[in-house]
Amino acid sequence: MFRLPVSKIDDLFGTIASSRTLYLPVDGNDGRAKYDKWSEGTKMSDKLNTVRSAKSFFFPQTTNICDFNVNGANVEVVDIREESEDFVVFGVRACDARSFTILDKVFLAEPVDSYYATRREHGTVVTMACSEPEENCFCNVFGIDAAAPEGDATCWIADGYLYITSNNEKGEKFVESISALLEETDDSAVKAQQETIHGIVEKLPFGKVSTDHFRKNTLLEIFNSEKWEKLSESCLGCGTCTFVCPTCQCYDIKDFDTGHGIKRYRTWDSCMYADFTKMAHGNSRNAQMQRFRQRFMHKLVYFPDNNNGEFGCVGCGRCLSRCPISMNIIKVIKEFGEE
Amino acid sequence: MQSETLIPRVGVVTDIRQDTPDVKTFRVVGTDGKKLFEHIPGQCAMVSMPGIGEGMFSITSSPTNREFMEFSIKKCGCLTTWLHSIEVGQQITVRGPYGNGFPVESTFKGKDLLFIAGGIGLAPLRSVINYVRDNRENYGSVHIVYGSRSKDDLVDYQEIIDEWMNCPNTKVDLTIDREQEGWDGHVGFIPNYVKELQPDTSRTVVMCGPPIMIKFTLAGLKELGFVDNNVFTTMELRMKCAIGKCGRCNIGNKYVCKDGPVFSFDQLSELPNEY
Repeated sequence: MFRLPVSKIDDLFGTIASSRTLYLPVDGNDGRAKYDKWSEGTKMSDKLNTVRSAKSFFFPQTTNICDFNVNGANVEVVDIREESEDFVVFGVRACDARSFTILDKVFLAEPVDSYYATRREHGTVVTMACSEPEENCFCNVFGIDAAAPEGDATCWIADGYLYITSNNEKGEKFVESISALLEETDDSAVKAQQETIHGIVEKLPFGKVSTDHFRKNTLLEIFNSEKWEKLSESCLGCGTCTFVCPTCQCYDIKDFDTGHGIKRYRTWDSCMYADFTKMAHGNSRNAQMQRFRQRFMHKLVYFPDNNNGEFGCVGCGRCLSRCPISMNIIKVIKEFGEE
Repeated sequence: MQSETLIPRVGVVTDIRQDTPDVKTFRVVGTDGKKLFEHIPGQCAMVSMPGIGEGMFSITSSPTNREFMEFSIKKCGCLTTWLHSIEVGQQITVRGPYGNGFPVESTFKGKDLLFIAGGIGLAPLRSVINYVRDNRENYGSVHIVYGSRSKDDLVDYQEIIDEWMNCPNTKVDLTIDREQEGWDGHVGFIPNYVKELQPDTSRTVVMCGPPIMIKFTLAGLKELGFVDNNVFTTMELRMKCAIGKCGRCNIGNKYVCKDGPVFSFDQLSELPNEY
């Protein structure tokens, strides 16, 4: 365990940014937190979390897959891929840190998504324990510890110090790169803070929600439940939940004609949209109920079925804060929990 | 940098055959004149014209064809309409192969086979049928039941007449939906025709066609005594990535592009009826 006084945090950011790009949560003009590039004078946000998740560091909203030159009947494919540059994402919360390992199971599964892989390889994730989890937080439901976030290195802020420890080789290299600023210390202050955090988590309103139903019942039983009709009744299909969700990773592939070549893009998409599954011969998920059901079945049944029981939700609470009709995964889990 | 399956290769269309009023079969090779890649019968490829679109199509030619690949494509959407407008020599892009394919080297081996196809549903089965024809000694008897709206809508009609009907230990039964001048064969829908033909229930069934045909034919097969795990089909849903990541083509926890497109009906019976 190492530490440095919080008053020296600008020196820390300066040191990190001297050799690679540093991203961290900052307060935007609207007063809400967002990830941004650090430059001299940038202050880290003290908000609990960013409005948008951190997934875009590895799975950006748009990725240029390749380019094409079309000349008469001839087509040329241009591989425009480049290795990612080294970067550090600082201040990632425990929920978002876990979302990366969930995204890994999709994008790093064979055949590996090279766009994601190169960002993952060159990005260092430095997490920050949540000193004050809020009422919409329920990461503990999915076995995530807000007091001990994953990531390559983990930080805590306690008693005027920033504490840091590494979790793997990449984290060790990171700590080594800032070692001039650090002093070695024991973990007593961190332990004390962890206890405080666990005390808060214990009292969170959604912290004890049970996901047992999704383990005990079969895929078809849950899929065929009448509850989906009622739950999805007011869904607008706006896709906000998928947009802010750290684990939503459905994507579209689209071409753009620049006038002097075609650019093929991969962009975020949403299973909540009506045309998501629409094809020339019809639409397999024609009703909003089917699309709504798909999203929650994916996170609570399909993904766990394909990934040793791991749920596709990290309890960040963003969908609770952002859904315009106040529908969210907690309501779905609770509805099924009440037999 | 590692290889990336989302980046396609250039293919050249070397032949276009007008099969029916709305189905054309496209022959494709690489820019070096050779086959782009090997495949298993039933596997698919993503065919694209940059700027127009990209879509998943079953490779209708058999892997025993060492020279080229073929795609039989019905004109029904944006990309397929464009494909129907092109001429020989046009370059397109192709990536693949994707999906599991039919178990031609395991489950099907040594078995008597019953192929049931409706309309463009013949396209994925043609790959298997020609694979079986070219490895005739490895399979038992073959019974092909194929139907379409009209005589003119039978895909690969010439190949059926010239080759399949003359293939050893192979029986071909054709039907069209309505009476038509110049047609003295069977008239009637596939599900009823299959029941009339009373195929031997020991046959392994490979079926593809419009959903409504599949539904009624399957019911008929069950009445005859066929069991779900001996009936195979190939599915089609909206796809973008073809590798189980974009989130579109799932039926329950299975992705048609990666875990399918070939499923047996006992596999499908454990999945939601959402296709």
